[in-house]
Parts: sequence; C-alpha cells; structure tokens
Amino acid sequence: MQKKIRVLIAKPGLDSHDRGAKVVARALRDAGMEVIYTGLRQTPEQIVEAALQEDVDVIGLSILSGAHKALFPRIMQLLKEKGLTDILVFAGGIIPEEDVPELKKIGIKEVFGPGTPTEKIIQCILDYCSKKSLKMCSN
Amino acid sequence: MFDKRKIEEITKERERWERTTLPNWIKQCPERQKEFRNHSGIEIKRLYTPENVKDVDYMRDIGFPGEYPFTRGLHATMYRGRLWTMRMFAGYGTAADTNKRFKYLLSEGETGLSTAFDYPTIMGYDSDHPMARGEVGVCGVAISSLQDMEVLFDGIPLDKVTTSMTINGPATVLLAMYVAVGDKQGVPREKLGGTTQNDNLKEFFAQKLCIFPPEPSLKLSTDIIDYCARHLPKWNPISISGYHIREAGATALQELAFTIYDGIAYVESTLKRGLKVDDFAPRLSFFFASHNDFFEEIAKFRAARRLWARIMRERFHAKNPRSMWMRMHVQTSGCTLTAQQPLNNIIRTTIQALAAVLGGTQSLHTNSFDEALCLPTEESVRVALRTQQIIAYESGVTNTVDPLAGSYYVEALTNEMEEKAMEYIQKIDDMGGVIPAIEKGFFQREIADSAYRYQREIEEKKRIIVGLNEYTIEEECPIELLRVDPKVEEEQVARLQKLKRERDNRKVKEVLEKLHYAAQKDENLMPTIIEAVKAYATLGEIMDVLRKVYGEYKELILI
Amino acid sequence: MTKTEEIVKGVLSGDRRSIAKAITIIENNEPEAKEIIASIYPYTGKAHVIGLTGPGGSGKSTLIGKIVREYRRMGKKVGVVAVDPTSPFTGGAFLGDRIRMQELSTDPEVFIRSMATRNYSGGIAKATSDAVKVLDAAGKDVVIVETVGAGQSEVEIVKVAQTIVVIHAPGLGDEIQAIKAGLMEIADIFVVNKADRENADKAVIDIQAMLQLNNKEKAWRIPIVKTVALTGEGVPQLIEKIEEHRRFLERERQREKAFLKAEMELVEAIKDKVAQSIIAELKKEGKFVELLEKIVKKEIDPASAAEKFLCEKFGKA
Repeated sequence: MQKKIRVLIAKPGLDSHDRGAKVVARALRDAGMEVIYTGLRQTPEQIVEAALQEDVDVIGLSILSGAHKALFPRIMQLLKEKGLTDILVFAGGIIPEEDVPELKKIGIKEVFGPGTPTEKIIQCILDYCSKKSLKMCSN
Repeated sequence: MFDKRKIEEITKERERWERTTLPNWIKQCPERQKEFRNHSGIEIKRLYTPENVKDVDYMRDIGFPGEYPFTRGLHATMYRGRLWTMRMFAGYGTAADTNKRFKYLLSEGETGLSTAFDYPTIMGYDSDHPMARGEVGVCGVAISSLQDMEVLFDGIPLDKVTTSMTINGPATVLLAMYVAVGDKQGVPREKLGGTTQNDNLKEFFAQKLCIFPPEPSLKLSTDIIDYCARHLPKWNPISISGYHIREAGATALQELAFTIYDGIAYVESTLKRGLKVDDFAPRLSFFFASHNDFFEEIAKFRAARRLWARIMRERFHAKNPRSMWMRMHVQTSGCTLTAQQPLNNIIRTTIQALAAVLGGTQSLHTNSFDEALCLPTEESVRVALRTQQIIAYESGVTNTVDPLAGSYYVEALTNEMEEKAMEYIQKIDDMGGVIPAIEKGFFQREIADSAYRYQREIEEKKRIIVGLNEYTIEEECPIELLRVDPKVEEEQVARLQKLKRERDNRKVKEVLEKLHYAAQKDENLMPTIIEAVKAYATLGEIMDVLRKVYGEYKELILI
Repeated sequence: MTKTEEIVKGVLSGDRRSIAKAITIIENNEPEAKEIIASIYPYTGKAHVIGLTGPGGSGKSTLIGKIVREYRRMGKKVGVVAVDPTSPFTGGAFLGDRIRMQELSTDPEVFIRSMATRNYSGGIAKATSDAVKVLDAAGKDVVIVETVGAGQSEVEIVKVAQTIVVIHAPGLGDEIQAIKAGLMEIADIFVVNKADRENADKAVIDIQAMLQLNNKEKAWRIPIVKTVALTGEGVPQLIEKIEEHRRFLERERQREKAFLKAEMELVEAIKDKVAQSIIAELKKEGKFVELLEKIVKKEIDPASAAEKFLCEKFGKA
C-alpha cells in the first residue's frame, strides 16, 4: 500500500453552487488523490468532524454566497479545538480580494478565486504535503 | 427552399471553389484550428451555402412570426410592436433595502421586477434558523413572513407591475404572500401578473436547491400550475429553466434538451390532475441562459421555440396556438464573467444580450460587470440596464422581425440543434422519464462531464478566455464592491421574534395543523398556504410542516 | 508511551482521533500497522459486522443512513466503512458515500470512514477488514461496510462481514437476472428498496423465484425485506432480520466461520509476504525490469514470465 493524499472538499452554509467544487474534486482525483466530498449545506461542526474521521491532509472550502466571513472563522476555530492544526485549508469561490488577508490570518493558506487553474491547486497541495514529507503515489 | 437543380449547380461550384480558390488561401494562411467545433459538439463548417438548408421548407420550418411553428417569433410584429421586458434580477439585505433597489431600477427604465431571495429563504428557513447564520440578506432579500413581503412591495402597485420571483421549493409560500399583498392593496386576483420560477425538477441536477424528494417536489410545482390555471389567470406559474442547467456546466444543446424535457414532465404531471392542456399551457414560461457563442445561442432560441411548438401540437394535441408558445426570459451568463479585468464583462454581456434579442426573447436580464466578485452596485446595474436600452434604441436590430432568418448558417444550426435535442428527448423517454433519469444520475453525469471538459479546455488553452488565460495583466485595479451590512441579520432576527410574539399564535397553530392534514391527504396546498401566510405563520414554520410530511432530500452525487 | 501505544490506548477508549489515525496507518500499510492490529486484536469480535451492497441508484447510502439512525435509537454505537473504487488510471478516488450520512457526523457514537479500494485485486480494500477491527475494538456494537456496486468485488465482502445484505431497487433498468450470480450466493438478507414503486412486489416475487432456484439445504432462510429508504419505512423490520441473523450466527457457525476466516487471512498473509519477498529479490537482481521489457516487447506473456522465473529459482513447481 502507498500513502495517498486525502482531501475533504466541503460546501459550508447554504450556497448550492457546486460546479467548481465538483470540477476541483475530479481534478484532484485525476491527480491521484482520494477526495471526500461532503455534499451541500454543511455546518462548520459537520465539516470538522468529517475532516477528523477521515483523517484528511487537506480541506478545500467552496463558497459563493458571501457567507464566508461568518462561517470560516468558526471552522478554523473548531479545527484548532480538535487539535487538527496540521491540515492545509484552502478556499475557493466568490471571495473578494479585500477579505483574503483576514482569512489568511485565521489560517486559510490560500484563496483560489474564479478562474484559478486546477493545476495551481494541485501544486499547492503537493508542495504542502511533500513538505510534510508524505510520499505521494503517482500512476 | 431551393430548386433541386440550382442546388446541384451550387454544389458543383462549391467543389470547384474548394479545388481552386481555397487551397491557395489555406497555404498562405492556414486555418487556426484543424476543426472548429462548438461546445455542444457540433462541427462548424467553413462556409454555409444553400446546400446546408436544401431540405428546409419555409412554411413548415420557418414560417411567419406569430404563427406555428413560431420559429421567427411569438408575435407578428415582435419588437416593432413592443420591446422585450427589461427585467433585472435584484435583491439583497432586508425587504426595505430591496424595495429601494426595485424603485431605483423602475426609475431608471426597467419594465418588470425580478426578485432574488437570500439562501435561507430559498431553502425554506426563517432568518433566525441556525442554518441561516451568516447568510441572511447576503445574496438576496430575506423574507420570513408576510410582514417582510409587505415591506418589499411598499409603494409598488401590484396592478401596474409584473414581478418575477426566483423561488422553487417554497414557491407556494412566496406566491401566497404575493397574493396576500395584492389582496391588501385591493388588487383583484385576476389582475396579478408575474412569475414564480417553481421549477423543482431542475433543482435535482442543476441549481441544487432541492428541499423535498422528486415526487413531492413535482407535486408542489403542479399545485401552483393547477391553482393559477383556475384562480390567477395572469400569473405564470412556472419558469421552466435551462439557465441553471447551463451554468452548472451543460452545453447549449443539453440546456435545450433538458429544459424542454422538464417542460414535457410538467405538462404530463398537470394533465394527470384532470386539466386539459389548453387550460394551462398558455401560461407555461421558460428561462434560458445566453452565452458567448453568438450564433449557437440564437440557433438555440429559435430551435427551442419550434421544438416546443411541435411537441405541444403533436405530443400533447394542443389546439390553442397560445399553448404552443414558448415564452422565454433570458439571462446573460454568469459563469462566463471573469473576476479578472471586470470591465471586460460589459462586452461579454452585450454580446450575450444581443444574441438573446436576435433570438426573440420576451424578457431579458443582463448581468453587471462586477458579478464575478459580488452583488451589483447601483452603478454597475445601471450599466447593465443601459446595455439593453442601447441595443433596443440605438442598434436598429429591433426594427425588423427575426433578421437572421434565412442565414444559411443560422438555419442549418437551428435545424441541427433541434434534431440533436430530439435525440436526447428520445433517450430520456426510453429511460422512463425525468424522475428515473434523475435517479440514474443521467443529467448529473452529462453536466459534470461537460463542466470538466470545459475546464480542461481552458487549462490546456484550447479555449481562450480573455484576461484569464490570455491577455492577462499583472495587477488588477480594485473596484468598488457592494457589501451587505452584517447588521441586517440582527435586524431581521429581532423583527421576526417581535412578530412571533405579537401575532395570534393560536390561529397560527390551527392553520399549520390544517396544512399538515391537507398535505397528507394530497390536496392542492395553495389555498391553505394563503390562509397560513395571512395569519403570519412564517416561511420556516410552513416549510417545516411540509418537511415532516414529505421528508428531506439528499442529492445523488456524480462528479 | 510510544506513539503507537497512545493510538492503541485511544482506540480502545473510543477516541475518534485515534481511530482515524489508526485506520490511516493501516490504509497506508505503515510499519506501525502490524503492531496496532496485534494490540487491538484481542479486543475484537464483539461488533456485529454487516456488509451492504447493491447497484448505484438502489438507495444504498440513504438506507444506511436510516439504518444507522435506527441503531442509534436502540442505543447502539455504530461504525460505517464506505468503500469506493480507486481509479486504475490515476490512482485517485472520489469518495462520495458520506454525503448521505453527513448529519450523523456530529453524533459522538457514530464513526464514518470512507476508504478507496486502492487496487486490491478483490475490489475491497484489505485495509477494510482491519479498519473494521479498529472500529470493533473501539467499542462499536455494529459496523456497517458499504461496498462498490459492480463486479466480482461484492463477493469479497464475505471476508469481512458476518451478515450480508443485498439491495435491489425496481425500475432501475436492471432486471433481477442482472443481480450478479455471486451476490445470490452470499446474500443473507435481500432488500427491495423504493418499495413504494409499482414493480416492487414483482421484484420480491422474482427474487423469491431465484432464491428457490439456487436453493441448497440451508439452515438460514433468506428473507426479503421491503423498504422505502427516503421515509425510513421498513427499516425497523430490516434491523429485526439483521438481529435475527446475528443470533443465528451466534448459535450455528460463529466458530466455524472464524476458523475459516482465520485460515483465509493467514493464507492471504503468507501469499502476500511470499510475493513481496520474491519480487524484492527479482528487483534486486535487476531481473524485474528485464522481464518487464520482454513482456512489453511481447516476447513473453506475464504468466509464462512468472513461471519461468520461479522455475529457475526453485526448480519445477
């Protein structure tokens, strides 16, 4: 058996636009990662529990409704409380540029706005995981 | 349409042209691609000639505007008589905020209202529900009770405007509230005009705002169609939508086929109620997207009209010509807008709007250039509205009906789209209809594959998006964004709690029980829901009753 | 305490983080995996392991969600292992079964883990069997294993589960005849889901007919339960049947099966180890790449290549 990178793709809040989340999920799978998708309408508690039980290396949060300012801090706080501080958390969707510095401050490593090539996301994950010295199985 | 001999002559000449004139040009200037295919997979030829439309029969396939099969338009004079309705989707914050935006748009010349609701409302939650935290008023207006609805339309006479409401699962409730506001204003119900989107089928594979499982969802949509046919003759009970299907990643062809199939399903469902097709079909309406491939979109709109007319006459035996009308609203595409160099989006929206107009739409919304970043500001929404007005008054395209008819390319493409859409329709028929197809994940798979293919094309630079993967700039200039005041949530919650204290709670309890019983007995729920909203039962309370009876739905995921 | 000892302690006390970490170590076949399994093994054997399989669209995941809720109502602790296929081309996997059960994530007595087959030839991760042991040792009363719905892989569930539930839903276009032969052999309980549909009763009759055809003298009469997963109808009856089967097993073949299971696992483990060491040697001597090149050039087929090498190494097989 080889180690695989496990990624949780989550849709916090009520936003129902999942085209991007699913395209990213598929791209990550095609890059050899194991992708767990939570489905729509997740509470911060559900997302963090899933991350814990699935022992993921990465969490991708997708949100287009503007509710990131309320939901992301709660998610990051819960991750901290559960001791899940070595997970790479990135975000995507509709998140204004001016909100990004604050999100980075609470621990969101990258915000991938509309039009980000999936290659960029994959590379970010690979860089992070190799730094954490996980060997990735590539086909 | 052409004489057989003439066609043979042209074929000969074309072949000569390909042998003699063409090769030199190709040598000097090779074509940019090996083959040109649009995203629907249809090959676009170098040149279209009468050969490509030789089997077209003008009277059978193109005809006259205002007559079957309505390819050239629903009305004989189209925009020479009356321009399309300029109906801009709007909504954010509290009902008071949106009321202000409504009045602004009306004063700037829009001719119809269109309401965007916030996520909690769309999902049937009150503003004080735990799932609503952080979402109240953020991407639409928060409406939790009739009280909010009254504020929303304060100072807006419902007998003078028509209002579209983009609401699906809770459509019964919002329509009931609109009727109640109309009643309070003293407007006779027969005069209330507007649209509820109320297309629950597409939620299962496109917009994903499904609350209940497929069967009860279809039942609720049909309740509204049935009720309107009998009591609200000017109301469009449903806007059978392709927009969301397209935005979820479908091709134009899939958008066309799946939307029309949903239409077929709604007609079948309503017929089962004992109504005759001509009793309700005239009020069915449609909603499409308009994307960047100019001619593909125009062909799609024309094919849609013809296809629907044929289906209504041949499959459902409609007699009233109005039953065969495909009345459509079009919105320019949101997903084609870029966050990079946002002013470019004005050009995209213009091209898309022009396609919709040349396609003969009845109603149009144009996106604002900042919508890849946030909700539109007053300035940006004004520009979007002006886009429509400039097309209407300055471009001259509105001075004749269906100007592109007869173009070899447009007619050939229209035919091909209709043909291929029919193939899809047959396929779904063979699967047993729309609900089995949803359960098998057919639509979801098609859409996910198209979406993924599109993204790959962009990343491989097979598809150029200006400003995104080509002609990019180093630093973007920040633009003003609309931010919704976080206090909105507090205000809403406070108002809601006040309402729950001050209303007649005994009456509310009674009517909710009545609703529970009616839902279990499978009655048409509209009358009871109207009663409930008038007693100031909240949206969430009403929807909770239905959730108990119908259960909640979790989608089938295919990536 | 070493890291491994900490994890084992955590698992045995039901700590979710430790359970998650243990399963990851097992999945990745890290060196600590052996020690963890060895340490928890004495504490396994208490959970009832239920295998659930059926084609896509049968409502499997929705049904599992309802089953878990019902068991929770009965006060039982539940673990779920949902298995999905690894793509043979990319090595990645999309694990989407959790979606139907996500609200249960926050129930402290429910643990849900998604696993990919990672190209184990049987189609169900070897690690699944060990993951089930972890959940068992962690104190779960019931562990449900949900598997991929196609191919021979379902038959592999028997290595993991004690009670096998096969789900069918009418009108999917799959006729009963399409229920893979392997499934008829291993099913302990049949479920006809979406029983509110028209042809549900026909499906029940068809399954009954097939069961009679396949009938060997069995001590357990395979029941067919009708359910409507969306509303939860029929789920208590299904649980009843599962419990009945559990009691049957306890009475009849628990010990026999355990021996069989232990034998299979031992043989597999030996096979694994032997294959591993031989291949390592092959690689060391540079023979592996040599053989690969010959195979690619079509000079020899893989089976003959293996035989040739083994004959050279060990003499006639």
